[in-house]
Amino acid sequence: MGIPFDQILIQTINGLVNGMILALVASGLTLIFGIMDVVNFAHGELVMLGAFTGATTLAVTGNFWLALIVATLAIAAFGAVLQVSTLRPLLGRDPLTTILATFGISLVLQKYALWQWGPSARKLQEPITGQFTLFYLQYPWYRIATALLSAAIIGALYLFLKYGKFGIWIRAAMQDRVMAQAMGIPVPSLHIAVFAIGAGMAAASGVLFGPLAGVTQNIGADFTLRAFIVVVVGGMGNLGGSILASIFISLLEAYASLIVSPSQAVIVSFVALILTLLFRPTGLFVPTPK
Amino acid sequence: MRRPATSYWIGFCVILALLVVAPLVLPEFWRRFVTEILIWGLLGMSLDILIGYTGMVSFGHSVFFGLGMYGAAAALLAVKPANLWLALLSGLTAAAVVASFVAYFATRLRDIYFAITTLVFSQIFYVIIFTWTEVTGGENGLNFARPALSIPGLFSVPFTSETLHWFVLAVVTVSFLILRRVTQSPFGMVLQAIRENEPRARAIGYSVERYKIVAVMLSGLFAGLAGILYAIQNKFAAPDFVFFLISGEAVIFNVMGGMGTLVGPIVGAAFFLLLREGLSRYFTEYSLIPVGIIFTAMVIFMPQGLLGFAKRRLNQ
Amino acid sequence: MLTLDNVHTYYGKSHILHGVSIEVRAGEVVGLLGRNGVGKSTTLKTVMGLVRPSEGSVTFEGREIGGMASHHVAHLGIAWVPEDRRIFRLLSVMENLRTGLDRPGVTEARRTALLDKIYASFPVLAERRNQAGGTLSGGEQQMLAIARAMMLEPKIILLDEPTEGLMPRMVSQIREIIEVLHRDGVAILLVEQNVPLTLEASERVYIMEKGVVRHHAPAADLQANHAVIHQYLGV
Repeated sequence: MGIPFDQILIQTINGLVNGMILALVASGLTLIFGIMDVVNFAHGELVMLGAFTGATTLAVTGNFWLALIVATLAIAAFGAVLQVSTLRPLLGRDPLTTILATFGISLVLQKYALWQWGPSARKLQEPITGQFTLFYLQYPWYRIATALLSAAIIGALYLFLKYGKFGIWIRAAMQDRVMAQAMGIPVPSLHIAVFAIGAGMAAASGVLFGPLAGVTQNIGADFTLRAFIVVVVGGMGNLGGSILASIFISLLEAYASLIVSPSQAVIVSFVALILTLLFRPTGLFVPTPK
Repeated sequence: MRRPATSYWIGFCVILALLVVAPLVLPEFWRRFVTEILIWGLLGMSLDILIGYTGMVSFGHSVFFGLGMYGAAAALLAVKPANLWLALLSGLTAAAVVASFVAYFATRLRDIYFAITTLVFSQIFYVIIFTWTEVTGGENGLNFARPALSIPGLFSVPFTSETLHWFVLAVVTVSFLILRRVTQSPFGMVLQAIRENEPRARAIGYSVERYKIVAVMLSGLFAGLAGILYAIQNKFAAPDFVFFLISGEAVIFNVMGGMGTLVGPIVGAAFFLLLREGLSRYFTEYSLIPVGIIFTAMVIFMPQGLLGFAKRRLNQ
Repeated sequence: MLTLDNVHTYYGKSHILHGVSIEVRAGEVVGLLGRNGVGKSTTLKTVMGLVRPSEGSVTFEGREIGGMASHHVAHLGIAWVPEDRRIFRLLSVMENLRTGLDRPGVTEARRTALLDKIYASFPVLAERRNQAGGTLSGGEQQMLAIARAMMLEPKIILLDEPTEGLMPRMVSQIREIIEVLHRDGVAILLVEQNVPLTLEASERVYIMEKGVVRHHAPAADLQANHAVIHQYLGV
């Protein structure tokens, strides 16, 4: 094949790292879709706003981790406001309407970011510099830390959903919203909370992603599209599936970028989506197609 | 939904007359503006066939528009002297080829899955066109000459700004009349039946797949036609026109103007473009913020669009 | 305790309830009979806040609840056991029960006590407490649906066709459960197709036809006078 082994190794790790960040974004999208049937076209913009908020906080305080926390909380709060003001009135309308509404929101948020932060890219400084030695290669510590932190957040989400009162409420509402509410579960408040959680996770991934590439107001669209692909390939509403799919898609792209340029490598995930939809529409990682 | 025929056609003729006179009285900038409204209106109208009449949401209409544009560009660059009809043929063929792929998806996928696939599909073409610099000119696109209005062997008259406008107006008007005829024909009725209740249409015995394929092809062809007109008007082709934003704008035209009306998207295009132009005086490049807010508000509060809203007011 | 007064309900354009008036007093078991599609389930759904009445009023303990959001209705003490049970299939039996347990104002001790009590009344559920709801049989799911409603410690349970599709042995188990609930002072509004069961279990019975209440009598009267049953239900 002619591709040196160390390249393949590096791309494998890159794929895993990117996959974990993407999983953070996609899980939020999956949760939101699962509980309120909303396809959030503006999800990538939440990532973008998180990254910008993080960049500003970092510039002011000089502390990356503080920036991460502030951005997550700020965008989570923003998400809650967004849900109540724009999405709640649309509950029960057809899915096209929520797609269009969130599309409109994404336009506004993109241009708002341009207005607020200007057109030039922001770069976030990595909190952890230095590289470690893997065999005979150097690999940045920060990327490993990102993957681990994303995994930790997702793990926390999993535990939250599996045990604990809110986890049961959310899972019940995802399965049967009407019955859950008839059991006294405050589903409207749950919607706000889940949207906020999804937004917060998106913001966190934006901040984590920041040091890896520049932050501009255009990165949102990319994340939205990738997250959509992942959610569909992983099975809509299936949390575990979207995590696996995130890693799968990211690995595919990483390997593809060994052969073609990175901007072309993205076609691989597009093709993966189309193939999944045509042949395994319930999702590649769903055990038994219904 | 059928208005009394006479008042409808009177209104139609009045507007047509206004559009014919427009280039004679408007300054250059606004002349081009009106022409562009017509072209984008055509794109919106083509999407309406899918969204408004058949109930299929497409987020990838930019691919038809863009390929029509590049197809025309190819003809205009390859054959000298630049030939109008060849450009039309070439662009429509390109759009038709792509439309057949999308038609295939349309028969296998529903709703949101179809919408995402069209989006992804158009992004694939965007990336290909953007990166295949040798053939498509990459980021910079292609520049070419505007063809003359000619019938080979008989005459050849280069377009002026006015005559181009009338040409575009003629094409868009004929397209509108054709599409109107189609939507009011039995075929059109079946499309609407599919939109209302697909399982029932299937149960009645209609081959839903076949109707969807034809709807997609029709929609794609007219979108491609819009792309060809744009190429002729502006003498360039660029990957930006295959980018999702164009698809998004087509959807905006439909929502703002009113889906399922054919005229709606044209009104919507006019409304959106005028709004953006007007607001950019105050908001410069941030005009999309208020426009986006207006759009979102319309989705929530005025989902039937301006036309639907006006219709309700008139009926009261 | 629960009163529907001239309630009209629509599903979209369909006028389902044409002025339904029903009353359930505290601790009573009231039956609601009628053919398929007359609006019995819709009546329960209107009480539960799943559909909003366009006209008329629904009052519970003196308070107007028509159109109230269903989670508030549940907190007031009205529990719903729907026609198709609607078990949370992917949640375990225990998690299903917990959806009714985790309410404000319920201490940990009380929760454990309630759970234990339910497990004692429904040994089958105790056995399967960690199994996913979807793996239970039809009868077991019905048990779970009722048990889940009981977790709300309701003052009234809206029971929608609990014996549908169940074997006779299960039907008598349901009969027993209704009896236990009655003894505990829980009111029941029982919608059923099973006439004998309804007449046995209920104190009063309403008969509905085409979205209106056509007849209303103590169960004993109807047991004696079968002609009325024949007339409205054809059995």
